[in-house]
Parts: sequence; structure tokens; C-alpha cells
Amino acid sequence: MADVTASDSALRRFLHGLPGVDAVGLQARTATLGTRSIKTTAKAYAIDLAISMIDLTTLEGADTPGKVRALCAKGISPDPTDRTTPQVAAICVYGDMVATAKEALTGSGIHVAAVATAFPSGRASLPVKLADTRDAVAAGADEIDMVIDRGAFLSGRYLEVFEEIRRVKEACVREDGSGTAAHLKVIFETGELQTYDNVRRASWLAMLAGADFIKTSTGKVAVNATPPVTLVLLEAVRDFRAAVGVQVGVKPAGGIRTSKDAIKYLVMVNETLGDDWLSPEWFRFGASSLLNDLLMQRQKLSTGRYSGPDYVTVD
Amino acid sequence: MPVFEYAPAPESRAVVDIAPSYGLFIDGEFAGAGDGKVFKTLSPSSEEVLSEVAQAGAEDVDRAVKAARKAFGTWSALPGSERAKYLFRIARIIQERSRELAVLESLDNGKPIRESRDADLPLVAAHFFYYAGWADKLAYAVRGRSALNGTSGADPRPLGVAGQVIPWNFPLLMLAWKIAPALATGNTVVLKPAETTPLSALFFADICRQAGLPKGVVNIVTGDGSTGAELVGHPGIDKVAFTGSTEVGKAIARTVAGTRKKVTLELGGKAANIVFDDAPVDQAVEGIIGGIFFNQGHVCCAGSRLLVQESVQDELLDALKRRMGTLRVGDPLDKNTDIGAINSAEQLARIRSLADAGEAEGAERWAPACELPSSGYWFAPTLFTGVTQAHRIAREEIFGPVLSVLTFRTPEEAVAKANNTPYGLSAGIWTEKGSRILWMANKLRAGVVWSNTFNKFDPASPFGGYKESGYGREGGRHGLEAYLDV
Repeated sequence: MADVTASDSALRRFLHGLPGVDAVGLQARTATLGTRSIKTTAKAYAIDLAISMIDLTTLEGADTPGKVRALCAKGISPDPTDRTTPQVAAICVYGDMVATAKEALTGSGIHVAAVATAFPSGRASLPVKLADTRDAVAAGADEIDMVIDRGAFLSGRYLEVFEEIRRVKEACVREDGSGTAAHLKVIFETGELQTYDNVRRASWLAMLAGADFIKTSTGKVAVNATPPVTLVLLEAVRDFRAAVGVQVGVKPAGGIRTSKDAIKYLVMVNETLGDDWLSPEWFRFGASSLLNDLLMQRQKLSTGRYSGPDYVTVD
Repeated sequence: MPVFEYAPAPESRAVVDIAPSYGLFIDGEFAGAGDGKVFKTLSPSSEEVLSEVAQAGAEDVDRAVKAARKAFGTWSALPGSERAKYLFRIARIIQERSRELAVLESLDNGKPIRESRDADLPLVAAHFFYYAGWADKLAYAVRGRSALNGTSGADPRPLGVAGQVIPWNFPLLMLAWKIAPALATGNTVVLKPAETTPLSALFFADICRQAGLPKGVVNIVTGDGSTGAELVGHPGIDKVAFTGSTEVGKAIARTVAGTRKKVTLELGGKAANIVFDDAPVDQAVEGIIGGIFFNQGHVCCAGSRLLVQESVQDELLDALKRRMGTLRVGDPLDKNTDIGAINSAEQLARIRSLADAGEAEGAERWAPACELPSSGYWFAPTLFTGVTQAHRIAREEIFGPVLSVLTFRTPEEAVAKANNTPYGLSAGIWTEKGSRILWMANKLRAGVVWSNTFNKFDPASPFGGYKESGYGREGGRHGLEAYLDV
């Protein structure tokens, strides 16, 4: 696959040679998968799995250490009334909050994910983006959620986007001499890429550049994760593994608020990728309010009663 | 065992109340057959007897035709806007009772509830709504006539009494295709549902009563092929509409030859689903799956021949097999079932014999590992590779979940192979190249050509075949002409 990234024109030819996506057919497929009826034991399994896949997120200008610590506590013990509730996968914060989160999560096994590279717009020079990344890694981030340069992508400068991802990936290597690196999630902001063909091309571009995860959205624009866009990502990681032998994770983010929606995504993963991706190692939800809805549904399944929002914590 | 195992999610049977026996619906009343004959209707997924239904004989058919004739005078004299009210009412009742009817259809036919709920029933209601809208606009219905130029005279007239015989694959939908345009244009009908799936037509009779439809406008006579033959041969009918096998269609054409009866026939098919190397692969795979496995392949326009460009054959087949492995075969009432039961033991035997012939003739058979229920009639989704035009499975309609895969090298070859069949009902083209779609659509001799999709239905779109797939069109404005004296 190295030759396809040898030049801008080679990369363009490769990306434009990927099979097209028929929008109507894609949406019809996700609509059909959305009719799956997940009940009783299957629902219980899916709810716990979804909780364990959450990147519990706060990305506000108003974030404080107190807010971040509260979120970390929530992530460690989502439902204080039921200790069998699984932990979330990661806490996702801005880079300057990494140290606070890292400390609050000590010993929990929960990862700290930091958004970087001038999140959410990505409009900064490469040195700034790399410094942003190194800073978060040095503070202890386990995962870096970078944004691609949508401007470069939309104007067809694919190799520039490729190089940027590759450089950020290099910046994820920890400088403590351990030789380890933070996992890199690459955000496309699919709401700005607009077409499914673009989403498929961006997926391959990011995977070729070394993304560990591909992620739909920042949650900061009008259109965030949707089932059809996520299905395009799922198909891309499936085809990439078949072609290259490397497995890449998928993270839809933004706008997934209900258990029902989360379960629809898990059905999509199950029927497109199967068992291999059904774990927090390979699939994540970028979400904040989703967790409480999952907890309420979980309580309803275990007690038979719907408790209501006063019986889950507001953080 | 998969990590994410879906728990059973059965739709409740309690929403439908099936009586232990049903009579014929003639002149607004249910009554047994004159000679008291009955037959049983089974649930093909369990072989459980659902009900006992009257077997109409010659006398019963005669009574039904006379009732329809008697009702024709007043019904056809009603202003179109009044007939429309009945049709709108029927459409709304169908929507209100759609859950009950969907469960009933899945029980009697074996199709998955997901399909009866999301495809059959919405289309049934849509068909009645669509033709209700035409009932008072018939002056505009016939091509070449204009209500505005003053030379056309009155509205085109209805034909009279229509004898309609429908198949078992979409019992209620085929009923809607037949009855809605007939009533909108002022005809009255005698309809015979298929022997293995009579129940939804009898429930429809109840809906006619609920809607206050005048007596005799719709009559339902249940029975086997002999009842159909009595109906088609009855001198009192003006129009025959048949959907079913080409073999029976030919017999009907012979029966009505030389009579005043107008005929429309919607018969078999062996559609080509043509996939080019530049197709949107993932959606093409879905289109192939939907094209052949929708309704267990009991679809006259099913894409039963996959013509794939040789250069992408391996890639496409890998994707197709992987997708077939995720199809869920089993209880039709489970909301997660993709493929239900084969409609009858007879049909299962036919599918088996043709699949065996495919193997015997040298094609390679493949089916995903799937556990089939122990009772009822089941056939795993199957595909054959290495099929050539000379194989029986490439030429004969299997009417089951069996896909024959053939290859082509150039667009010309694709057209030649697609058209090389006695049938001509439908075709599918998968390519991202718009000009090729238009070029292909002009060359293909098929009544419906789908591009980058398959099995899409809409009441506004005419449907019908070339060659031995039949004649006449149903649906759309074209569908009205078949019931008008023009």
C-alpha cells in the first residue's frame, strides 16, 4: 500500500478509485438494521457493552478541574446504587485537563483521551498542532483525538492531510523512553465532508496514515454522527483489515443520546463487522448524556421499574 | 456462539383472531360452499392448521359473478368522488388494522413479520390511497384522451365484472393491486385468493363490510385451481386479471381466446441483476440480497440471476457470501427474522428439485451455515456459482431463495445475456456511470429496470412484463386502462 501514498496524484487516484457509496442504498440499509428488536438478555448485554464503550466527554470552554474530577468519578462508578455497572472506556477532555483527569482516574484502568490539533476546527499551523499533541501526551493522555484539516481535504490536497496525520501519529510517541505511544483517533468532521464518498475516502486516507481509530465528528457542528456515516466507517475498517491485515477501531461521536440509538449502532457493528469489533478496544461512543440514559434503562431492566432522572447522577 | 446473540423478539399472535372456519364472501355475506366442501389452510412455518375454508364450486362462482353483476349498475353509476370515499375508507381501515393483518399474513404465508409490517401492509394501503385519488379523475386517465378538448365525451366507462385470480406470494398486496384500480374505475369484482393463503382476502372482506361497501361490489371465492378455472371461464365476466405462473397464464389466455373478455397477465420472471466493476459494492450486495432473498425469493420480479462483471467477481462473491452469513432464517413472527418459511410443501419440493438439477448440471452450490427449524417448510439461502446460460437454474424460474451467478465481460454481453430468457419482467443495473444506466435501460427487454436499487415498488409506477412475463400493466395511470373501455 506504500506506493499509493507516494505522491499526491497516486493518492488521489487510489482514493477516487474506491467503490462509490450509493446514498439511497446506504440509508436504506441502516434503516433496516434500525428495525432490529433487541430485547431482554440481548438488551442487557448491549447496554453493558455500550456503557463500557463510552468515551465520557466534556469539551466546554467552561470546564474546570472540579467538573473533570466529577466526570471521572462518574466514569469509574457510573451507578453508585449498582456496583455491577461497568466502567466507561475513557474520559475525553481538552489537553489542559489531562493531568487532572489522569490523577482522578489513577488505578481505575480508565483511559484519558485528549482532543488535540486545534480541536474542533483544526485551523492552526502544523507546528502548533504537533505541540498541542505532544503536550497532551506528556501530560499522560492515553489517547489523542485529532481533527483532520477539512479545508485541505475538500480542496483535494490529500497528501497534505495524510502527512499531517502521520506527523501527529509520530507526536503520539511518549518521550519517557518507554517506546509506547498514545492511541490516535482521527476525526473527520463528517458533517463538513458532506458526501459519503468523501467519508469513505477520508477513512482510507486516515487508516493509510496510521490511525488507530477513525471517528466521525467533534460534536461541535450541526450534523454529527449518523448511522449511515458510521456504516461507511465500519465498511472501511472491514475492507482495510481484509486488504492490509490491520484492524482499526471506529468511534461515532456527537448526537448519540439514547440507549435505543446506542443499541442501533451496536447492531450495525455486529452485522457489519461481527464479534471482532464488539469491545471497547475497537468501538467507542463519544458521548456525554448517553450514559445516564443507558443507566436508567439498565435500572429498568434489573428492577422492572423506570426510575427517572433523579435516580442517576448529574455531573 | 456469537458474542451479541439477539434474544427472541416475537410479535404477538394475540392481535389476530382467526376463526376456525370461513365461508365464501358473496353479495356481502359469508356462507359455506353450496356442496359444503372445505379445505385447510396451514401455517407453513409450523404446519399448524390455521383454519378451514370453503372450496367454491361452479355454482358458488356463478352466484358470486351474478352478485357482482347485480352490484355493477349502481356502483358504476356512482360519481367517482363517491367511489373514492369508499376506497379512502378501506385504505384507512387497512392502516388501522395493519398490525393484525401483518401478523395474519406472516402466519398464513410464512413471510417474516418485518416484511409484512414494513413492506406489504404499507404498500397495500398506499395502493388503495393512490387509486382512490384517481376515481374522480378518470377523464384524465387515458393516454390520448383529454377532458379539456371537448372531443372525448364522457368519462371512459368501466368494463363490468372483473374475475381476478391472485398468487400466494403477496396475498394482500396482490389483492390491492387487483381490487383498488377495479373499484376506482367502477367495476365490480370476484376475486379468488391462492389456495395456500386465503385468509387475508377473507379479512379484507370484513374490511369491505366495515367500510360499508355496497353488497356485491367485492366478492371473494376461495378454492384451488379448479375454482380459478371456473371463474376465468365464466361467461358472465368481462375482464380477467391474473397474477401467477406462466403455465397457468397460458391456459387462461387459451380459455379467454375468442371471448369478449379483456385480459391482463402478470406471470413469471428470471430477472438479471447486473453488476458492473464500478458499482457501489456495498449497496450492490444489499441489492442482490434484497433482490433474491426478499420474501424467500417468492417474487416474480426477483433478481434470480446475478450477472457480475468477471473482473470483480471474486470480490463481489466474497462480500455476498459474508453478507449471506448474517441472514437470520427462522420464525416468521420474530421481528429479527430476515428469511421466513417456504410457502408450501409443493413449492419446497420444486425449489429442491431445481437446486438439485443445478448441482447435477455442474454448478457449484453454496449456502451459509444455518440451522433450519424442524417442522414447517424451509430452504436455506443458497447461491450457485459457475452457472452458464445453458443450466436449468439460469433459465427456469425457481421462485425460491436461490441465486444463480453468471459472469459477463462487456456491457453488450451483459445485455445479450440478460435478454436471453423467455421472460422479461424486471432487471437491475449497478454502476456509478449514469450514461451506462440509460444505455442499458434502453436495451433491456424488461418491464421494470431498476438502477442502483432493486425491488422498489410504488403504486404510481406501472408494473408488468415483456414476452412470457405477461401483458398489460398494473399500477400507475397505466393500471387504470386495464379496467376501462377504451
